[in-house]
Amino acid sequence: MVAAALPFLAFLQEHNDELPAGDGGALAEFAWLIPVVPMVMAFVILFFGKFSPWKGWGMATLALGFVAVYGTVLAAVNLQDGIVTQSAIDVGQIGIFTIEWGVVVDGLSIMMFFLVGIVGFLIFVYANGYMRGDPRYTWFFASFTLFAGAMLVLVSAPNFIQLIVGWELVGLASYLLIGHYWEDMANVDAANKAFMTNKVADAALFLGAIIMSASAGSFNFAEIFERMIGGETDLATLGFWAGLLIFIGAMGKSAQFPFHVWLPDAMAGPTPVSALMHAATMVTAGVYLIARLFPFYQLPEFAGSLNTIIVIIGAITLFFMGLLAIVQDDLKRVLAYSTVSQLGYMVAAMGVGAYSAGLFHLFTHAFFKGLLFLGAGSIIHAVHSNYMSDMGGLRRYLPVTFWTFLVGTAALVGLFPFAGFWSKDEIIASATFNATENAEAAAWFMVVLSIAGAFITAFYMARAVSLTFFGTYRGTAHPHESPSIMTIPMILLAVGAAFTGLLNVPGFTQIFTDSVTTRAFPIMEHHFDAPDYLLIAIITPVVLVGLGIGWWLYGSHRELVYTTIGETDLATPEREVTVERPTYHVPVLTPILVNKYYIDDLYMNALVRPTMGPIADATVWVDDHVIDGVPNLAALGAKQMAEATVFVDNNAVDGVYHASAGLIGATGRFLRQLFPGNVHQYVALSFAGVVAIVALFIIF
Amino acid sequence: MTITQFILLGAAMFSVGLYGVLTRRNAVLVLASVEVMLAAVNINLVAFDVYLADANATGQVFALFVIALAAAEAGVGIAIILMIFRNRHSADVDELDLMRY
Repeated sequence: MVAAALPFLAFLQEHNDELPAGDGGALAEFAWLIPVVPMVMAFVILFFGKFSPWKGWGMATLALGFVAVYGTVLAAVNLQDGIVTQSAIDVGQIGIFTIEWGVVVDGLSIMMFFLVGIVGFLIFVYANGYMRGDPRYTWFFASFTLFAGAMLVLVSAPNFIQLIVGWELVGLASYLLIGHYWEDMANVDAANKAFMTNKVADAALFLGAIIMSASAGSFNFAEIFERMIGGETDLATLGFWAGLLIFIGAMGKSAQFPFHVWLPDAMAGPTPVSALMHAATMVTAGVYLIARLFPFYQLPEFAGSLNTIIVIIGAITLFFMGLLAIVQDDLKRVLAYSTVSQLGYMVAAMGVGAYSAGLFHLFTHAFFKGLLFLGAGSIIHAVHSNYMSDMGGLRRYLPVTFWTFLVGTAALVGLFPFAGFWSKDEIIASATFNATENAEAAAWFMVVLSIAGAFITAFYMARAVSLTFFGTYRGTAHPHESPSIMTIPMILLAVGAAFTGLLNVPGFTQIFTDSVTTRAFPIMEHHFDAPDYLLIAIITPVVLVGLGIGWWLYGSHRELVYTTIGETDLATPEREVTVERPTYHVPVLTPILVNKYYIDDLYMNALVRPTMGPIADATVWVDDHVIDGVPNLAALGAKQMAEATVFVDNNAVDGVYHASAGLIGATGRFLRQLFPGNVHQYVALSFAGVVAIVALFIIF
Repeated sequence: MTITQFILLGAAMFSVGLYGVLTRRNAVLVLASVEVMLAAVNINLVAFDVYLADANATGQVFALFVIALAAAEAGVGIAIILMIFRNRHSADVDELDLMRY
């Protein structure tokens, strides 16, 4: 192919000199400690946590505190000098492929270290209060630390192998944590659902990673990009498929339509898990993966029409999943669908080439969604229920939670000047730019749905806040404010949710953009010189109207409306159960939303049941006949062997002993008759002996 | 006096002593019979010493050792018999079968 004719390569040649060259010195050299410390700590807690002063919490928080401090220092140095370096040790060799374990330190990974460290640390501190009295307290912190550590392994990966290891460890840790309360079967099902849904997507990721690595001859991202740009790979023809498969993997972890089904169910885990999962660790992995491979995805000559697919998937997710949040009763599920929707924004941003904006939304979202989940946890802690129909009027009982939750809500819906305002605005501005400049239909689709999504977000958050904090209290418990170990992290996250948006205001500051574009490859994206005032003028009223309608329909001046909807019970599909949701009944629409567009039913009937039944039967058969057969056969053999051994032992081995012992005994019995105890006889015999000896001497 | 007479005397005394040891049931008399046998041995020692005209008189010196040994043996033996009598109110050797199997 004609390399120089490609637009990206021209861009690369033009900007290659501007790439930052700092290597970060010893600071970056020891960055491998960032994933290693929490991973090691997880096992230390597992084995020794119970004997430590805070039963594992102290060690877990210490590990995350270390990551937070290291991440902050790295971020500061990166901002100053720029760090782009990677180091690795060889752990193996498969043909031409070297398996490496290492750490990549550049703007993207530093941002993730910082985010996981800071947000994770605050959530870990909070978990001390939330998890108090849990029967598996130490185990929880061991797996929680593993969760954070696995994410750090993932984001520090300089190659596909380590990335997949981290990816799967995140999946494992999330499985353990979602199923933390495994006494309830529903939670186990939720954990299985999350794990299996992710596995389906992971299979695609593996295939994509294999195609990409095989065609480039290396697992290392930097080498793949170099060979890709040098035209040494087959990615010009295979790129679309490799990119699509990897994107499907990202869809699984980042809960994009149609893989979103696991995330709302993952609310079965303890609330700190939901907070960490939605803020910094699990669901951001997919967006991170696209960002890590952004030099590939931004190339139309390699990735083909992938970006259109990414934009459409992201746009569908951000709008339609947001709609589902409207009819939920479970406060955590409202936030879960909100997360899915916000992830749609991030993914769609990646699709329209808004690398910095997408990551910026990831960054701000971590703060305000972490905050909202901690707030939800605080409420659940107070009222002992997840359901908003058991809440109401809580602003009087939980003032700190109320105000911090309001800050989080303002940031999520995108009110000026809170964090979400800036990040969401940048995404929509990038989409608009892409739509007008490149006249892409998909980008227009996204712009429209993004603005509609902003309205939906405002509406469901107004509903959630109204139902939770306003009106009269409907529950039975006696709500009380959470202890300060829970409220202080919330206050700190509220500060983050309020002000992190100011890190990246087009035309004023671009701290964040400068940080995350510190990569080994130039990022081709449009930089705005000023905020898009036209968009702000459109979106802000849309958001305010959304909030207003939400308040008007669900505010404290109204009685709570309930709608009873038939829902398919997924466990027994023949049975139709009814659910009561605090929402209005809109014909056709409400049943569809309550039933989650029937996607779960579709998966259950089309995929899970036809496969699970026969697979389960086959597994049972194999277990009974093949797997049990082996030990049974072995046991039978062992039994026969034992019986033979017993026979030999009883007859041959014991026979020798019995015979020799019997001989000795008989001899003894015979001999003792010679000495019946008569002293005179002894003397006579002695004398006879003497005579005999003397006689022998005389004769011979 | 010839050596034969002394040897016959020694043999006669040894036989008497042996007879006493084998037939007496009282332990004290058994002990006395043993003394007679030792005396017979002494006669032999002295007689052969004189007959062989040993310059060092080894046989006679040895006879003195045997006398000393006989005295010690008698002392120990009578002490044992005394203890047995005290415990069992009898000194009959036929009843002393404690060391049987």
